[in-house]
Amino acid sequence: MAVVLVLVLIVVGSVLFHFLSPWWWTPIASNWDYIDHTIIISFWITGIVFAAVVLFMAYCVFRFRHREGNRAAYEPENKRLEWWLMVVTAAGVTALLVPGLFVWSRFVTVPSDATEIEVVAQQWQWSFRLPGKDGKLGTSDTRDVTADNPLGVAPKDPNGQDDVLVEAADLHLPVGKPVKVLLRSIDVLHDFYIPEFRAKMDMIPGSVTYFWFTPIRTGTFQVLCAELCGQGHPLMHGVVMVDTEQDYLAWLGQQQTFAQLSAPQQSGSANSLPGEAIASNLGVAANSKLSRSAQ
Amino acid sequence: MSVILVFLLVVAGFAGWWLSHQRLTAKPWLEQGLAEEFVGLGRSALPTAKIGLGVFLAVVGCLFSLFVSAYFMRMGLSDWRPLPLPRLLWLNTGVLVLSSVALQCAVVAARRGQMDMVRLGLATAGLTALAFLAGQLVAWRQLTEDGYLLASNPANSFFYLITAMHGLHILGGLVGLGRTSAGAWNGARPERLRLSVELCAMYWHFLLFVWLCIFAVLAGWAATFVSICQRLLT
Amino acid sequence: MVDVTPADAVPPAEVGEMELYHPHSWWTKYVFSQDAKVIAVQYSATATAIGLVALVLSWLMRLQLGFPGTFDFITPEAYYQFITMHGMIMVIYLLTALFLGGFGNYLIPLMVGARDMVFPYVNMLSYWIYLLAVLVLVSSFFAPGGPTGAGWTLYPPQAIMTGTPGGQDWGIILMLSSLILFIIGFTMGGLNYVVTVLQGRTRGMTLMRLPLTVWGIFTATVMALLAFPALFVACVMMLLDRVLGTSFFMPAIVEMGEQLQHNGGSPILFQHLFWFFGHPEVYIVALPAFGIVSDLISTHARKNIFGYRMMVWAIIAIGALSFVVWAHHMYVSGMHPYFGFFFATTTLIIAIPTAIKVYNWVLTLWRGDIHLTVPMLFALAFIVTFVNGGLTGLFLGNVVVDVPLSDTMFVVAHFHMVMGVAPILVIFGAIYHWYPKVTGRMLNEALGKFHFWVTFLGAYLIFFPMHYLGLMGIPRRYAELTDMTIMTESARHLNSFISIMAFVVGFAQLVFLFNLIWSIRHGREAGGNPWRATTLEWQTPQTPPAHGNFGKELPIVYRWAYDYSVPGAKEDFIPQNVPGDFAPSREPA
Repeated sequence: MAVVLVLVLIVVGSVLFHFLSPWWWTPIASNWDYIDHTIIISFWITGIVFAAVVLFMAYCVFRFRHREGNRAAYEPENKRLEWWLMVVTAAGVTALLVPGLFVWSRFVTVPSDATEIEVVAQQWQWSFRLPGKDGKLGTSDTRDVTADNPLGVAPKDPNGQDDVLVEAADLHLPVGKPVKVLLRSIDVLHDFYIPEFRAKMDMIPGSVTYFWFTPIRTGTFQVLCAELCGQGHPLMHGVVMVDTEQDYLAWLGQQQTFAQLSAPQQSGSANSLPGEAIASNLGVAANSKLSRSAQ
Repeated sequence: MSVILVFLLVVAGFAGWWLSHQRLTAKPWLEQGLAEEFVGLGRSALPTAKIGLGVFLAVVGCLFSLFVSAYFMRMGLSDWRPLPLPRLLWLNTGVLVLSSVALQCAVVAARRGQMDMVRLGLATAGLTALAFLAGQLVAWRQLTEDGYLLASNPANSFFYLITAMHGLHILGGLVGLGRTSAGAWNGARPERLRLSVELCAMYWHFLLFVWLCIFAVLAGWAATFVSICQRLLT
Repeated sequence: MVDVTPADAVPPAEVGEMELYHPHSWWTKYVFSQDAKVIAVQYSATATAIGLVALVLSWLMRLQLGFPGTFDFITPEAYYQFITMHGMIMVIYLLTALFLGGFGNYLIPLMVGARDMVFPYVNMLSYWIYLLAVLVLVSSFFAPGGPTGAGWTLYPPQAIMTGTPGGQDWGIILMLSSLILFIIGFTMGGLNYVVTVLQGRTRGMTLMRLPLTVWGIFTATVMALLAFPALFVACVMMLLDRVLGTSFFMPAIVEMGEQLQHNGGSPILFQHLFWFFGHPEVYIVALPAFGIVSDLISTHARKNIFGYRMMVWAIIAIGALSFVVWAHHMYVSGMHPYFGFFFATTTLIIAIPTAIKVYNWVLTLWRGDIHLTVPMLFALAFIVTFVNGGLTGLFLGNVVVDVPLSDTMFVVAHFHMVMGVAPILVIFGAIYHWYPKVTGRMLNEALGKFHFWVTFLGAYLIFFPMHYLGLMGIPRRYAELTDMTIMTESARHLNSFISIMAFVVGFAQLVFLFNLIWSIRHGREAGGNPWRATTLEWQTPQTPPAHGNFGKELPIVYRWAYDYSVPGAKEDFIPQNVPGDFAPSREPA
């Protein structure tokens, strides 16, 4: 009898846990509430199936447990019942799949007015590149990566000269504007992941992947790496700030372009440090943090 | 991954054909007794060892299909520079064909009980297989001397890798052939020897077939063939 | 492979005696034995031993996650080595080896009515190569740089780079070599399992009279034979990339400011090969569990398995479908997004035959005569955990739902529930069930029940709440959960709770081990057929079965494996080798 009780408790406990748990998704900050809705649909359908199967099992154990003189019924199969169950299951699966595929087709169809921005990952930091006045990102290649050109922007490409580089620092985005995030890595696999935006995608060295979203509220969001990328993986944090249009433009005005950064240092002023120095400083910081925790 | 999927489709076809003869729709609870009336539901009349070898060859086929799948996927990337195949490979192919023919002769001879011919066939097959392996090594040397090193281009890497895998399988076959030959010279039971020779021949023919396929792939004919098919379809 | 021992041709439907190898000394009887039963015990013991190592590794990583900063010796490097070795050992060296090498070797010949496997010598080699693979794996713990920390998926490029523990040391080389050895050894064993089912069946044993255990192991082995080559290819190519500097998987890379020699390779190619093996692997573990649990439920509920034919078809359908769903592990890998439509659809279709199996298990309980023995308890617990884990699989298989959840703790919870906890519960149930046949004695029931309750409830309490950490967005494979804005205080407490439960469940396994050893000598005498089961392994003249399994005459099979509670029959079970029809009317009224 303990079994029956425990089986019922598992169902009741799991359902209560689901509704009372303080552990739930973060408040959404992008247009992908569709995904959240699909998850809710999935929870309802699978939750009902789970409760039904386990409770039915509990009832069977209660009703048909062995007692002296009991004998099991003889029933090799029941075609009709099995077909019915199959049809109901197929219906349930369709109810999960159709909204899922519908939302997926939105997810992979980038709106034409989306601004392209680029995220470049390396062990273990994030850098960003925004198109300059021409609205186009220049081409890039891992082979072009040098100390003075840590993102590997093609030095000859005229489209790339006015690109805004944000090396190992925070990215700002204007609220309400769709962005197509191009993802690139110069060493291993990484994954650009902001829990509040729901979307994520791996970055693969040697190719460019993408996803798109529209930030719907201002705020500061933490970037996490979601694909194991070596021992610094858990420390590979970044920051994306979603600003109002005004704040965004103010921030953009302070950023430097590829041409400015790669020009020979004429002024030698403190705030035009070459990108590599910033990057390596941060690299050292990450490394020293690692070795500290290793001690 | 299309090559491996096609291969698996063939395997699934075989499995489906076999299963369709096993009365999978029977209601077993209604059938008591020896099931004698359902002839063919027991074990196959083929020798167990042949079935075992057949299953193993399916695994080998799977392995090479996967290599070829990987080859085609990697080929699509920009840094691929096809390498010129040494003309020696044609000679090697001929030698391997000869090896298969010799084993087939040994099979025929074993069925007729002509021991001398069996021994001759086995010896020829063994020597030609060794000659094939030596020829492959010479082909490697030629390529290396011409500067087509293993790591300098993925086309080269695949060439060395796939030919090496095929060579290793031939080498493994030679172990089996050696045991069969030992039996042929030390007077093994005729029916046992016949089975061993047949198993060797089966393995040899399969590896010849694999070689012809990978030769076609490495020479680029397979890719041309596929693109022609695609053009015809569209 | 041509040097297999050839058996002479036999006419159809007539089973001649096979040439049986007879051991001549203690060494050939117990060590280099060609008897499948001894090989089975060797496989099981080795798998259990290495599995205990993996269990300890899981404790160590739970220490780090539950009590961050408390244990200084668990550095990020060490943490990644622990998770990698834990995952790889559990999936390959424990579950695959135990289900196929252990249960397959023991049960296939006995259940189909054969004296032994068809190629006993190759079967023996299979075990010794497996042992070698395990030893190579273990040796990486002692190699300079330690074992690899690339995660069990071993994704390049990081798996062979300096930023990953063991990447430029011996770790990854030993891991890849060990896998290659394992695959070679497995192929040898797998040939035996398949061909024994094809050719070793005794007279009257048609396919539709096979117990579902054999169906499950047989189908899983066929799948494994076709899927493992993909891992083999991936391992060989990565080994060449690592050792000889080729560029199969390695693109142009700048590592710590330095350009590497590699160029143009495709990391995605590795992922395709890996998951082409990796997804069937899930079912390679699951199908034997499905089969075994069907037999446990039927025997202990004294009722035929409900819908036997549907169960067989479902096994075949799952086996076939599992080869066209692999890329659902790669929805966010950056592969072409349109693949998502195809793979989400195939993945959710595979849920249908799987659901059918679940329904048939619970419908077998309906109007049964349920004996709540320890094996039955484990079978019931399997259904709970499998349904739970299977349903969360519908989340992850549904491409767009996978986007926020992939690479989070939700995934960890899902696959532990569905292919960790659930199959392990079946393994426990199966051990309690067949231990009397292997040793002649029963396992202690009180200890068994204690083991059951702690394992089942503990495991559920570990993995059910873990899903919600994933829902919060907490990523998996994080050695430290510090400095994260989404991490709350309560989530930290939950992590500590999970870690404590992991220790509790782990220690319960020690009770089980004690029971295993203690009962060999002190368990209650079991007799030949303590569960009153119908299948052939319970009808052997000796218990434990002697060399050759069935004495002088092989059994002849007259009926299917599930004649329980047949109306009109005196006993509530009729063994498969008993002739005669006891049932005047077999169609249910």
